This record gives sequence, C-alpha cells and structure tokens, in this order.
Amino acid sequence: MSKPKTLFDKIWDAHIVKRAEGYPDALFIDRHFIHEVTSPQAFEGLRKRGIPVFNTGRVTATADHNVPTKDQHLPIKEALSRHQVDTLRKNCKEFGVDLYDLGHPFQGIVHIIGPELGFTLPGMTIVCGDSHTSTHGAFGNIAFGIGTSEVEQVLATQCVLQYKPKTMKIEINGVLGKGVVSKDIILYIISKISASGATGFFVEYAGDTIRNLSMEARMTICNMSIEMGARGGLIAPDETTFSYIKGKKFAPQGTAFEKKVTEWKALHTDSGAEYDRILTFDAADITPMITYGTNPGMGMKITDRIPTVAELKEMSEQTSFKKSLEYMGLEAGSQLLNKSIDYVFIGSCTNARIEDLRLVASMVKGKKKASQVEVWVIPGSKQVELQAQQEGLDKIFEQAGFELRSPGCSACLGMNEDKVPPGKYCISTSNRNFEGRQGLKSRTFLVSPLSAAAAALTGKVTDVRTLLNVN
Amino acid sequence: MKEKFNRLVSRAVPLPIENIDTDQIIPARFLKATTREGFGENLFCDWRYDSDHQPIKNFVLNEKKYSGKILIAGKNFGCGSSREHAAWAIYDYGFRVVVSSFFADIFKNNALNNGLLPIVVSDHFLKQLIEIISQNPETEMTIDLEKQTFTTGSLEEKFEINAYKKTCLMNGYDDIDYLLSLRKEIKEFDITHA
Repeated sequence: MSKPKTLFDKIWDAHIVKRAEGYPDALFIDRHFIHEVTSPQAFEGLRKRGIPVFNTGRVTATADHNVPTKDQHLPIKEALSRHQVDTLRKNCKEFGVDLYDLGHPFQGIVHIIGPELGFTLPGMTIVCGDSHTSTHGAFGNIAFGIGTSEVEQVLATQCVLQYKPKTMKIEINGVLGKGVVSKDIILYIISKISASGATGFFVEYAGDTIRNLSMEARMTICNMSIEMGARGGLIAPDETTFSYIKGKKFAPQGTAFEKKVTEWKALHTDSGAEYDRILTFDAADITPMITYGTNPGMGMKITDRIPTVAELKEMSEQTSFKKSLEYMGLEAGSQLLNKSIDYVFIGSCTNARIEDLRLVASMVKGKKKASQVEVWVIPGSKQVELQAQQEGLDKIFEQAGFELRSPGCSACLGMNEDKVPPGKYCISTSNRNFEGRQGLKSRTFLVSPLSAAAAALTGKVTDVRTLLNVN
Repeated sequence: MKEKFNRLVSRAVPLPIENIDTDQIIPARFLKATTREGFGENLFCDWRYDSDHQPIKNFVLNEKKYSGKILIAGKNFGCGSSREHAAWAIYDYGFRVVVSSFFADIFKNNALNNGLLPIVVSDHFLKQLIEIISQNPETEMTIDLEKQTFTTGSLEEKFEINAYKKTCLMNGYDDIDYLLSLRKEIKEFDITHA
C-alpha cells in the first residue's frame, strides 16, 4: 500500500513535470486565466524573447478589473484604462489567445466566468495573475494567484516553478443558523486565525457544513483563502460539484463527462493522510459577521463590540490597531450595530454570482432602500446579468432603488470608475477592507450579501436576523 | 538578465507597521501602466502624500534623516493582492532589500523574481533593528547573501534563503531560463496529460 495522501498532494504530484534536487518543482498548469492588469508586461516579455505562447488552448482571457460598469458599449473614457484594455486585445490577437472582451456574452470577472463556462474542473492546476484565483479550488483543484513574472513563465512554458506549500485542513461541522451564509463562515475563520494565519499553507475545507453548501457558496469560501495568507483553498468534489459542471459550455460532454466523473470521484483525501495543521470549527458558533478594521482578519460577530487595546493578543499589534481604527473613524470598544452607512456594494469575485443576487433580492423584494444610501449591484458576469433579468431580479432591485450595473470588478478595488468617496462608509460583499481599497480614504465593512441587503434597507449596520424574524 | 546581488552595505528606512498590504505599497489606480517602469514615484502614495499631493512630513520616505536601500517593515509584509507592481515599485524607488519577521507568499516570490531580496529575521531582531535606526538613522547595515548574514555593529543574524533562489539572485538568472530548458519534457507532458 502506498502512503495515504491528501487531495492536495495527489493533484500536485500528478502535475510535476520535473522535480530536481535543489530546484523548486516545475508544475504543469492546466488552465491559465489572464486579464488586462497583470498580463501586459508578461506578453512584452515574450515579445522580447521572441517566443510564442506555449499552448494557446490552455489560456483564457477576459477584461474585468479596469472596465467601467456603465455604458460598456462605448469606448472606455479614461485614456490609461482604455489603453490597458486595448493592449489586452492586441496581445490576445497577436498571440492567438481567446478573449471574452467587453460586450461578449461570456465576459465577466475572471473567477466567475471560469467556473460558469466549465473551464474550471476538478483535479486541475489553475493559475491567474490575481490572488483570488483561489476561488476555483471549490471544484477540488489546485488554484492560486501568481505575479506577472510567473504569468510570463506560464505563457512561455505552461509551467510555473513553485515550492510545495504545507497543508492545512479546516473542518466545519454542524448546521448554520438562520441568516448565516458562507461569507460569514470564511469571515469567521479569518477573524479566528488572522490575516496571516494560513500563510505558507494550502487549505482543504472539509466537514458536513461545507458538504451541504452549493458550489457558489463554496466558491465564496475558497475565494477568501488568500485573506488569511493561504495560497489557495480547495474542497473535494462530490455530486454537488459534478451536477454543477454538467452541461457547462466548455466542460466535457456526454460520455466524456461520465468518464471524467469516474476519475473525479477518486479526488479525495485518503483516510490516514496527514496534514501539517488541522483546525476545527463548529457551525453553531458562527453568526453574521462584519469587519471593523483594515485587514480581513479584523472581523467580529455583527453584534459584538470592537476590541479594546487591552484585549489585543500581542502588544506589537497596538500601533497597527490604533492606526487602523483611526483610519476607519471608529472607537475601540464600541459597537458597530446601528452605525449609519453611505454606500452598499454588492459585487466582486467573492459575492456576485446568481445565488448572491437571489439572496439579496429575497431580502429586498417589495421594499425600498434607505434614502441616504447609494446601493450598487454589480453582477459578476454577462451570464449572471442575463439570468438575473430572466428571473426578474432586475425589477426587484430597481423597485428597491438599487442601481444594477454591468459586470466587472467595480468598487472592489478602486481601480476603475466605481469608487467610494473619501471618508464614506461602505458595506461591501467584496473581500478586502484595506485602506483605500474601494477608493482613496474609503472605509469598508465586509459582510455577507444578506447582511448587505439588510443594511441597504435600514441605512445602518444591521443584524440581518432581526429583519428575518420580523418577516 | 537581472542585476546581480551579492553584498550590500547601506542605511535603512524603518516602517514598523504590521500587515502592510500591496494596496498600500502601490494603490490599484496606478496599475494601469503596461510597462514595468516608473512605479517608484507612487510607492506608498497614500501614506506619502496628502490629497493635494504634498508630502506628509512624518512619513518615513519623506523624512530626510532616513535613506538607504533597505526597507525594514512589520510582520506579514506584502499581504493581499498578487500585483507584482508592488515589488516593481519598491525596487524602482531604490530599495534592494526588504526586512520583516514574516512575508506573504506571493509577494516573496514576486520580490525574488525581480532581484529584490526579502529577508526574514526574528521578531526580536526586527525590534532591535527598528530601535537602532530610530536612535541613529545613519547606522549602516550589511547584508552578505553568500554567507546569508545580516549585520549591524555587533549584532548579527543569519537568514534563510532557498539555495536555488540564492543562485538566481547572485547570478541575475530568472526562472524562465530554467523552464525554457525543459520545453521538450513539458511538451510531452502536455500531450499525455489531456
């Protein structure tokens, strides 16, 4: 009998092209996603070396980070953004890479279109010049973010040089309470282990709570693995995974699909396999969550109060903690409940899938937003946008006074036109609350789509459970 | 071919803040460029300049007493976005070494791929370094990559670096040279691994 292996080890070992003494592993990459921001310098590198893309069939491109979410049919107004998107078009054409450009029915946020088009499959290795590539791990694959030099490596050789990270299992068991969704699970975990608690590790999420989640909910969890420092996070595939993939445009079809499913069923951690670290959480302890600080580890139950300086685990954290609260305009030891907010952002690769939009719509149907808040809903892709229209969600949002825009990364990263103004508070379904992340001096509270919907209705930080009980 | 790194003697700039994410190192609005050059002028832009783009006096990069090619920062440096622009900005500004007690993984790779040396030191040593520079900003520090030592005055700490990455830095090699030498094996793998 060979030594029992973790799912991570099985996939990693199956992709090693060369392991040589003193060198990192040359790891073969099955699918490479690229976008306009982290690819231009990589293509330029190929041009300088005079080499082609190794295998264009394994590369998929889209424009998402730097695109406007209004009037996408018009040329991009801002010159530098237009130039960057034009550069992607030019590079894809010159090197023969498929591009889902603005206006294409498959365009959208790279981590949303990969799964919905069936490019993302179990057992694969997947990279993209974007840290939230970890999203794809929900299908039971090794997916991680890389830098532009590595994008160039993968374009040139379909391989990336990497040292194998350590493995961590995070197990969650039990039933989630009312008003608690997958975003709360991951915010809870990060608040427990900090923004660097999984650095150096690749995480496997397990336990019956995870098993009972839909694919889209699983993607939300894997998406934020990087926010605790992990390179990625994965979930062993199961029937939920297979039925999601079945019939997706670029996934194997018919008997080829059935054959693949048989292979994918072997993709699980062997009993007795060892992880470098194991953490266990109880779903019953998780409630709606919110962040109060300027990294995703600074989170708490939405009903809690912000810690005081005296409550910090380490003295060395004091300076950063004080700086963070000063930036946020918040008092140590205070509560966030009922704090007035200015913006609500529902979108990003974390929470802009159809189920997220349905959750929001279920809360706000027949209701109106608080008058002082501005609410943006940004579907993750053209396909999500279309589905939302077909289900009539667009009408619900319109009646609630929400602004439904076109797909893109939008206000998640303060790069395109969508920005939260200085000093303003934004309740956001995105993944990062860093200083200036949503725009210069913007202040972000990260929450679930349900909690964001609740805040949109009340104009305040709200425990969504109080609204659910009312209904 | 990248600049070779061997031994560096320089003053250092202290930035003892924890969890410095790559959005602080280079905010997203500066990622619209399609080349690798010029990011240094916007390094730490929102900590360095006020809303009228005037230098904020007490930020370390604006304090004349501090200079040098070594940046010394709090733990979990470079977390968040994978943007290599962060490593480019630090390098373009003139730093060649970043010292911290802990680095985020993607940043560490990005730095090494650009001839910027990330050095992990103990929490205790980091604290000592910050104190020394704060007391005397003119203190010189020596990094010897061959011997893997960080020295200042009578203080010295050895640091770890992977042997392959060390060779790359000392010779100015990059990963792509090695991978290109494997093209034949990769081609075979690509065909058999459908």
